[in-house]
Amino acid sequence: MGRSIKKGPYVEAKLEKKVLDMTEGKSKKGVIKTWSRRSTITPDFVGQTFAVHNGNKFIPVYVTEFMVGHKLGEFAPTRNFKGHAGTGKK
Amino acid sequence: MARIAGIDLPKNKRGEIGLTYIYGIGKSTAKRILENAGIDLSKKVNQWNDDELAAIRGFINDELKVEGVLRSEVQMNIKRLLDIACYRGLRHRKGLPVRGQRTRTNSRTRKGKRKTVAGKKKAPKK
Repeated sequence: MGRSIKKGPYVEAKLEKKVLDMTEGKSKKGVIKTWSRRSTITPDFVGQTFAVHNGNKFIPVYVTEFMVGHKLGEFAPTRNFKGHAGTGKK
Repeated sequence: MARIAGIDLPKNKRGEIGLTYIYGIGKSTAKRILENAGIDLSKKVNQWNDDELAAIRGFINDELKVEGVLRSEVQMNIKRLLDIACYRGLRHRKGLPVRGQRTRTNSRTRKGKRKTVAGKKKAPKK
């Protein structure tokens, strides 16, 4: 089931503040490091680069306008499938 | 011969069923179309007269997306997912189920025919 529209999109408050700081020029760091994979990408995020944690390391995600409405976590895969044993080589 | 949206409808079927041969029209949409045009659902496709056909065509043209237009829209949506490299896009790329279904077994619709892996231990006899 989807989230109620009444509530609006979920964005972690801290992350939202960081993004606003960036767009208003208060902070100059190029990348926003975040663990908040569950935050929805809002139009404010467009053009920013995020370092999204995938449980192991931070994956750089450059946000374009097509990504609005998705969650940050969708762009930082948590599983790394290397293929099954025995396939590939030979 | 009823031809709607570039598709030949089967002439011996009830209208409600015949319309579902068009991509993008299922049973409930077909029902809505016929009710809107004031045609009995059970009337066979080859018994529609020209006025009724025109009413059906008009409704589909004005309110529905069918066939080519719909197909290309679906393709565009998938392409968008592929381009932004989100999780759903990656699943589309790999040809695996997109909506979180299990892949340990089943999901043959997405994965296609079984590919046997050489050297894999055979399951014990059932």
